[in-house]
Amino acid sequence: MNFWKDPIQVTADWLMSLFTGWGMAEGLANILINLLGIVILITIMLVIDILLVWIERKVVARFQDRLGPNRVGPFGLIQPFADIIKLFIKENITPVGVDKVVYNLAPILSVFSVLILWAIIPLAPQILGVDLNVGLLYLVAAGAIGTLSIIMAGWSSNNKFALLGAFRQVAAMISYEIPMVVALLIPTVLAGTMGMLGISQAQQGMWYVFLSPLGALIFLISAVAELGRAPFDLSEGESEVVAGFHIEYSGMKFGWFYAGELLHAFTFGGFWGILFFGGYHFFGLENWGPLVAAAIVLFKALIGYWVIMWIKYTLMRIRIDHMLAFNWKFLVPLSLVVLMVTALLNTILRDASTWILGLSMFLSNALIAWITIEILRSRSRKERENAEGLAQPTMEAAQH
Amino acid sequence: MQNEWLYIGLFLIVGVALPAAALVLAWLISPKKSNPIKDSTYECGMETVGESWVQFKAQYYIFGLVFLIFDVEMVFLFPWAVALGKLPLFAVVEGIIFILILVAGLAYIWRKDALEWV
Repeated sequence: MNFWKDPIQVTADWLMSLFTGWGMAEGLANILINLLGIVILITIMLVIDILLVWIERKVVARFQDRLGPNRVGPFGLIQPFADIIKLFIKENITPVGVDKVVYNLAPILSVFSVLILWAIIPLAPQILGVDLNVGLLYLVAAGAIGTLSIIMAGWSSNNKFALLGAFRQVAAMISYEIPMVVALLIPTVLAGTMGMLGISQAQQGMWYVFLSPLGALIFLISAVAELGRAPFDLSEGESEVVAGFHIEYSGMKFGWFYAGELLHAFTFGGFWGILFFGGYHFFGLENWGPLVAAAIVLFKALIGYWVIMWIKYTLMRIRIDHMLAFNWKFLVPLSLVVLMVTALLNTILRDASTWILGLSMFLSNALIAWITIEILRSRSRKERENAEGLAQPTMEAAQH
Repeated sequence: MQNEWLYIGLFLIVGVALPAAALVLAWLISPKKSNPIKDSTYECGMETVGESWVQFKAQYYIFGLVFLIFDVEMVFLFPWAVALGKLPLFAVVEGIIFILILVAGLAYIWRKDALEWV
């Protein structure tokens, strides 16, 4: 078999022959090879994570009309590595009164909840950890661990600010999980599978963003809220709760929260790319080989990461009542309507050609978006009239 | 690998072990010069008044309950969504009625003003 056609399998076969040549049992060698693959994958993700720090700082600098890190190494590329060294040699301050086990476990779980997502991300048909047939449920379950890590950090810190920040963050995360899960149901309906690889392969003809632009938008918004990034970063509202749940953390423990947040954003950018923007498909470029396909997925993840950064540095923080009202009174009903329309259209037009289905899906989404905007407009007009007291009070005044 | 869940199990172990190893390394090489003032809660800030573990707002609890209802029902919808391509129209409409019951619940909660942040 050619290395460029299937690098993982070729390497695994070579290692297998090597290990069995040493007299190792086949089952043990298999586990060892997989373990090696997992360690390499996670290490690559952590290195990408270090680079994400640099990207984030450079991009935010451009948004704010600054230069960003540019002293340490070319274009400041060594800066994040210097930061890592600094985090390592910082003193770990554990305040009195903390719940030690929970306190130390929280940063580990925070980054763990992101790392385990890469087990199911298909970088290419040949390069993927495992193609779970319940992949999307696995994604939701991993998200729950992230929520858990935040409440653990807030609860164990013995600090009111941390606790309040954790409450807010958890309220946001569990609320926005509903539209997120509904948005995940849309690719499931379209592809007929929950497996990430199946969803990627089903988008060969047409990316799902053209079939369901509203689904892609809802997924993006709820992903940003799940990440706890601006405009939904209430847990870190500096003027209110200082730094939120990670206020009592220092050194590498804080570093894991920071790394986990950035990698989380990157990973959700990747999921956005895989679920709605064709996965490793890019106009036939993926046929050049699995390594090119993997590069395409990572490129799409970077684009998604950039969009999330763009949102973060453009919009301002919103109030918690606005955030929860936006979710329960707008996103949840909207996502349920989109899901119902998607399910109905896919059943009625099951035997129709892809183009008819695609066109009707797109038009139905546009129609839903238009109706939603009209309803919002009329509601806000009514509210404004109430606030300004134009129509109602004068009528009442005339009656009295 | 033959068993996918064994792979996931290995992944979970490595996923915990690597961050934990970094924390242990940081603990080994970082200085340890603690004193009571440095270790106080919210060091260099205001001292905490009263209990740190404050009672939380009841509103969070209501949102938690609403979330629970929806999340359980959403998990029920996943098998339906996977099998949708093979289901007759009748079964699809049944699923939609299930979602509409969900929407009715949401409308009830909305009417009861449980979604207002007071």
